[in-house]
Amino acid sequence: MTTRRTNLTPYLLVAPALVFMAIFFAYPMVEAFGLAFRDNDTGALTLSYFQKMVSDVQFQPALTTTLLLIVILIPIQFAVALAMALLVNAKLKGASLFLYIYAIPLAVSELAAGIVWFNIFTNNGFLNSLLVQSGLIERPFLFLSYQNQGWLILAVVLAEAWRATSIIMVILVSGLQSIPSDYLEAAEVFGADQFRKITKVILPLLRPSLQVALILRTILAFQVFGVALAVAGTGISLLAGEAYKWYYTIRNPNVAAAYASVILILSIASTVVFLVGLRSKNGEAL
Amino acid sequence: MAEIQLNHIIKSYGKARATNDVSLTIKDKEFMVLLGPSGCGKTTLLRAIAGLEAIDSGTVTIGGRDVTNVPPRFRDIAMVFQSYAVFPHLTVWDNIAFGLRMKKLPDTEVKKRVEMSAEMLRITDYLQRFPAQLSGGQRQRVAVARALAMPSGVLLMGEPLSNLDALLRLDMRAELKKLLRDAGATTVYVTHDQVEALSLGDRIAVMKQGVILQCDSPLRVYDHPVDKFVGGFIGNPPMNFLRAAGLAAIGLIAPPGYDLVGIRAENLDSFTSPMSGALEASILVVEPLGSHNLITAKVGDEFIKVNTRAELMPEPGSKLWLKPMPDKVRWLK
Repeated sequence: MTTRRTNLTPYLLVAPALVFMAIFFAYPMVEAFGLAFRDNDTGALTLSYFQKMVSDVQFQPALTTTLLLIVILIPIQFAVALAMALLVNAKLKGASLFLYIYAIPLAVSELAAGIVWFNIFTNNGFLNSLLVQSGLIERPFLFLSYQNQGWLILAVVLAEAWRATSIIMVILVSGLQSIPSDYLEAAEVFGADQFRKITKVILPLLRPSLQVALILRTILAFQVFGVALAVAGTGISLLAGEAYKWYYTIRNPNVAAAYASVILILSIASTVVFLVGLRSKNGEAL
Repeated sequence: MAEIQLNHIIKSYGKARATNDVSLTIKDKEFMVLLGPSGCGKTTLLRAIAGLEAIDSGTVTIGGRDVTNVPPRFRDIAMVFQSYAVFPHLTVWDNIAFGLRMKKLPDTEVKKRVEMSAEMLRITDYLQRFPAQLSGGQRQRVAVARALAMPSGVLLMGEPLSNLDALLRLDMRAELKKLLRDAGATTVYVTHDQVEALSLGDRIAVMKQGVILQCDSPLRVYDHPVDKFVGGFIGNPPMNFLRAAGLAAIGLIAPPGYDLVGIRAENLDSFTSPMSGALEASILVVEPLGSHNLITAKVGDEFIKVNTRAELMPEPGSKLWLKPMPDKVRWLK
């Protein structure tokens, strides 16, 4: 008699993570979809909560503002993060000091970061005090007023960029460090200047790291909530903020779940875009 | 014209000097091999020529132009790296074209040079592939093709064959020799393999601990090593070294000041019976190598290696009489 033995060790090692994901991610996700798509009383499939969400006066602004925020925020963050990562990786004296300084915002909570930037932009905040005392303006400017959507978004972008750019930098620094120096030296010997070294060699080789960072950052940007709440209060509406509002203020978990589903679908869509758009060409291996 | 002149190159890492006041002139179109054990400074010297290593003092001139403070991209050089450094995100075609495009050559010229270079290295069939789809040997060909495609007068090679397996290395060595002779570039070739150095170089610069001990033609380095290190490093088996005093008995008198004699394994005539002018040796090991036998023996308390003809197959423990060829005896200090 022969028995085929399956090696259980790998499965056992993966099991805790699987259980954790199942309980805290998969189960709530299924529940959320249930809330969003099933009638509360009959349990039948319904689109009524989605219709309620879409017809709400705040839906359109929330969607556009969220997308606008991402379109402005992500390029800024990547440009800054790349510059910071190249500086950290430049092997200059004290370069590692930059890494630590840049990493400080990582330790600051979302809400605390929001409050810092609120204190800068608010009516009697640091920025207004500075402008008034230097005589540039006579009375404090209401940056964070509902009427100044542009300033509100800018303040949220600045706060988010300040808070969450370093995580991109950390990913890019580790990516840069995994590029063998021979490639860069070959580029130098074969005539590439600093700019083309970056565009023709470093960026293409950094693609896997860029992909990870883009996916991570975009998903997190769809969920921007605490920072926006602290900086702008209810001044601007974002998808995550609307979900929170419908759940806690209006006490309609179904519409809140519909918002959550929209965020999830947008996150998955953007992930697919980055996975496909930045995939390796046939046979290429980085 | 691309003569390379290195003048008093000093480069330190911490307290250790990788190159300690090295001067060397590499003539136009010459094939110069920098040979030495690891840590001897040969790679540092090559990188100094390339401009990849900032030197502490000294000057580098290429074709009469002082390039000491000129960045690599303006030095008009091409290089083959030990790791090949073939860009993984570019096809073979784009890899070979990389330097030509950086130099902003017209497209027709780029195409012509890529194709010519690919043909020379017989990789035309792989031009559209990515490096990950190639074997190590093919990748190495791409690296050489990329360097040969460049219209530069100087070709730098840093241990280009050391990552290939032994058989491939042998093939590639012969092929490289022909290719590089045809290319007619001034070539600096770094290796720790003395066979490679002997087979490829017009001249060999043997280095040790940051200095050049000897710079001569391969035959000269092999036949007339300046010291025990060079003689021991070059040749397989290494040169035999005996105390000069022991040879007085067979009529070989050392010139004043010399106390060592160097003699290569193939420069000893061996006899199975006593012979005048021959040293008595007792055999320890006999290694048949097909074309000849390599015998390890003891003369007095000193070891000696001798090549004998294949038919001579003495027993270990028996005696052998070794007669040095007088014109092949090298007196050393």
